[in-house]
Amino acid sequence: MKTYETVIGLEVHVQLATESKVFCGCSTKFAQPPNASTCPVCLGLPGALPVLNKRAFLFAVKTALGLGCRIEGIIKFDRKNYYYPDLPKNYQISQYDLPLGHDGACEIFVNGRKKKIRIKRVHLEEDAGKLIHPASGNSSFVDFNRSGCALLEIVSEADLATPEEAYEYLTALKSILRYLDVSDCNMEEGSLRCDANISVRVKGAPGLGVKAEIKNMNSFKAVRDALRYEEGRHRGALELGEKIVQETRLWDAEQGLTRSMRSKEQAEDYRYFPEPDLVPFSVKKEEIERIKSGLPELPQAKKERLAREYKLAEYDSGLLVRDSGIAEFFERAAQASSRPKQVANWILGDVSAFLNSEGVSIKETALKAEHLAELVRLVDSGKISGKIAKGILPKIIKKGIPPSEIVKKENLSQIQDEGQLERIVEKVIAGNEKSVKDYRAGKEQALMFLVGQAMKATKGKANPQKVSALIKEKLKG
Amino acid sequence: MTMKDTPAAGAWLERIERLNPKINAFVHFEKENRLRQKSSRPVAIKDNISVAGELTTCASKILKGYKPPYDATVITKLKEKGYALMGKTNMDEFAFGSSCETSFYGPTKNPWDTGRIPGGSSGGSAAAVAAGMVPMALGSDTGGSVRQPAALCGIVGMKPTYGRVSRYGLIAFASSLDQIGTITSEVSLCAELLGAIGGYDELDSTSVDVAMPDYTKFLTKDIKGLRIGIPSEYFPGDGLDSDVRNSLEEAKKIFKGLGASLVEISLPHTKYAVSCYYIIAPAEASSNLARYDGVQYGLREEAGRITDMYFKTRTGGFGEEAKRRILLGTYVLSSGYYQAYYLKAMKVRTKIKNDFSGAFTSCDAILTPTSPTPAFRIGERLDDPLKMYLSDIFTIPANLAGIPGISVPCGFSRDNLPIGLQLLARPFGEETLIRLAYAFEQATEFHKRKPNI
Repeated sequence: MKTYETVIGLEVHVQLATESKVFCGCSTKFAQPPNASTCPVCLGLPGALPVLNKRAFLFAVKTALGLGCRIEGIIKFDRKNYYYPDLPKNYQISQYDLPLGHDGACEIFVNGRKKKIRIKRVHLEEDAGKLIHPASGNSSFVDFNRSGCALLEIVSEADLATPEEAYEYLTALKSILRYLDVSDCNMEEGSLRCDANISVRVKGAPGLGVKAEIKNMNSFKAVRDALRYEEGRHRGALELGEKIVQETRLWDAEQGLTRSMRSKEQAEDYRYFPEPDLVPFSVKKEEIERIKSGLPELPQAKKERLAREYKLAEYDSGLLVRDSGIAEFFERAAQASSRPKQVANWILGDVSAFLNSEGVSIKETALKAEHLAELVRLVDSGKISGKIAKGILPKIIKKGIPPSEIVKKENLSQIQDEGQLERIVEKVIAGNEKSVKDYRAGKEQALMFLVGQAMKATKGKANPQKVSALIKEKLKG
Repeated sequence: MTMKDTPAAGAWLERIERLNPKINAFVHFEKENRLRQKSSRPVAIKDNISVAGELTTCASKILKGYKPPYDATVITKLKEKGYALMGKTNMDEFAFGSSCETSFYGPTKNPWDTGRIPGGSSGGSAAAVAAGMVPMALGSDTGGSVRQPAALCGIVGMKPTYGRVSRYGLIAFASSLDQIGTITSEVSLCAELLGAIGGYDELDSTSVDVAMPDYTKFLTKDIKGLRIGIPSEYFPGDGLDSDVRNSLEEAKKIFKGLGASLVEISLPHTKYAVSCYYIIAPAEASSNLARYDGVQYGLREEAGRITDMYFKTRTGGFGEEAKRRILLGTYVLSSGYYQAYYLKAMKVRTKIKNDFSGAFTSCDAILTPTSPTPAFRIGERLDDPLKMYLSDIFTIPANLAGIPGISVPCGFSRDNLPIGLQLLARPFGEETLIRLAYAFEQATEFHKRKPNI
């Protein structure tokens, strides 16, 4: 059987989180009444002219720099001409031959190995409006609230070899954009959109296979699922010797398949030409350097630094830096406790589980770094058991009460008094004759049961190792 | 006639009402609106400049009924300064033309001979001023659309430097060439009106933040020492009407007599200007006019599917010349042709620009005819687009180079038709043009002759 290889490239559109649109002063607030946030410019009325939003430009430069792109000194816009009723001028102001940034890269982790995904280009453009098709009647409506919102198009090289890599790339990209604080990256609200190009060829074959462009995926998972489906479809066709046509296909999440939308023969000629309403301008090197030096530490660098400074596995530090809030919290807690490894375990384990189940970010909770540090210290010093610690964590996260206070108030300290512990153990031995007999007959599980009973009797306040040793000692004689 | 002895708006209104049926200079006015304005500074506005709540249609069927919700920057300025807007003037559809014949509202007639065209595309504004319906008007000049009709109607037309006057609210024909200009009965009014509408505007990224002088301070008769360049390319052996040639020769003598010096210059790329223009201008126009699709405003021809609606609306809404230019522009931007046409034309444009900057090292202004001929007959060139395009042969280069130009009356043909001369200057050299034009006007009597209507 032949082996195949898959070649994937992604085109990501990110809505920049500026307060106003890219070429006019209209608000970009989400979920407003239709056409409430419009003006002559974003409605494309005759005679209205675009003026570049400086903040959108800054966000675009930050992103390009954050993705390691080269930035050209000349910033120029072009018109992309096509007819669609959600595009009020029937052309989109975009960038064509001189994208704002080019030749960058984004690192991903697949199966424990690093892989560099090259970024071909990053360019700034305006968004279109939205068509609304009511279920009844034969009219459609246009809402231009989104028209003119600042969009950044980020195009990867076809460096992705599997749907999983595509998923990892999107995750890494999102993480960078969030660190830079330039976009919400909310795929459901449409602030991040992704189109994928995929082709499959026999391994080692010269040239690429025929590609399909896939659209209409509204989550990272959907991107992965759609690519898995396409990969299978292409392989099947190659296996059977069927012809694959170059086309655009839509992902149907409900059915879990893609459908042909249009073939490339109907592809449009966009007749790009320089936008005469916006004068090209140059950006000084010093200005770019100034923006660059103001960038926050990005996930990649942070991951390496955390692993180095706190002696963490790169896998763990990689998980910690996905969310800048988590990474920042980790550092504060690690410093306060001087037990970074344990802090990382808590954050990646119980804390993350709590956040996921509640669907909140760490910043939205009352959890303080000092409190997690204190909890780690309490467990480490044997003051409380790990079990007790797990038990009181939700209270610490939800209410922001210091762990020591909870321990004191609820009397949760481990029993330090040896005599008290001995008395409890003796009681357990006396009350569980069968288990005692079993243990003496060589059944190890019986010991576990007895330890459990003792823990239960102390409401978890005993040190299980100590209890176990004590029982063993008592039953020896 | 200066502003001091200008009658009140009401008197102008009476003249407009009496003469318009004959001239067809105005296409829209709301009488009550205008009467409410007590100002005695009446201005006519070309129908491609947006006035909030007033019909602004570019004399096209496709913008039937369109009333912009906002004022163009020049309109805001005129309103603030107390000018009275008298109505919208006729033009070639979307400013595509040199004769004012392609209007959906029918042609405007030249007040000097109603069998002839007034020039275009700002023919309505020029005819209105020439007929004394208003003392001044706004036009727009993409390839000569202010200067050529001013010349053909015997009045003063100024196209300012690209970026001197905000384009915000001017309905675009070719964005990199369009500039709002003034059409006035005299040079003094030109200086006043340009000062009223000019200046940097943050709503127009192509407007330039260069301090604007008080142009009326340059209404002096002293032009001693100014060097006027005479480009041989603008005085060709053939294609230049003999009356025009003779008037220009007289004009040279007058300038010399006023103390200016004449210097021979060369603008070698002039011969490519018209071809270059008819690539760049339609290319931009094809994109600028894409928005007229029946979705939001203007004409909509209903159809079951959106593409059919586009097709029917645009087929029914645009006139012949508009369709010709949209096709031309779409063609030159198409993949496979872009390099050969658009890109090449942009390179030629740079050469033309360089010609001028070179020339201006040895002169302060350039003197040329405005139009190769006086006003031609209505219908004469409608079926010959190439001949029509050549009407702008002397005015187009200034748009490609972005420099200012003015047309001033300099004579009459044997048929008693006005002839104009054109003066060009460096970017933001409008004051030089006003100095020279005013001195010439004051030294001659041409501006005092009025058409008999």
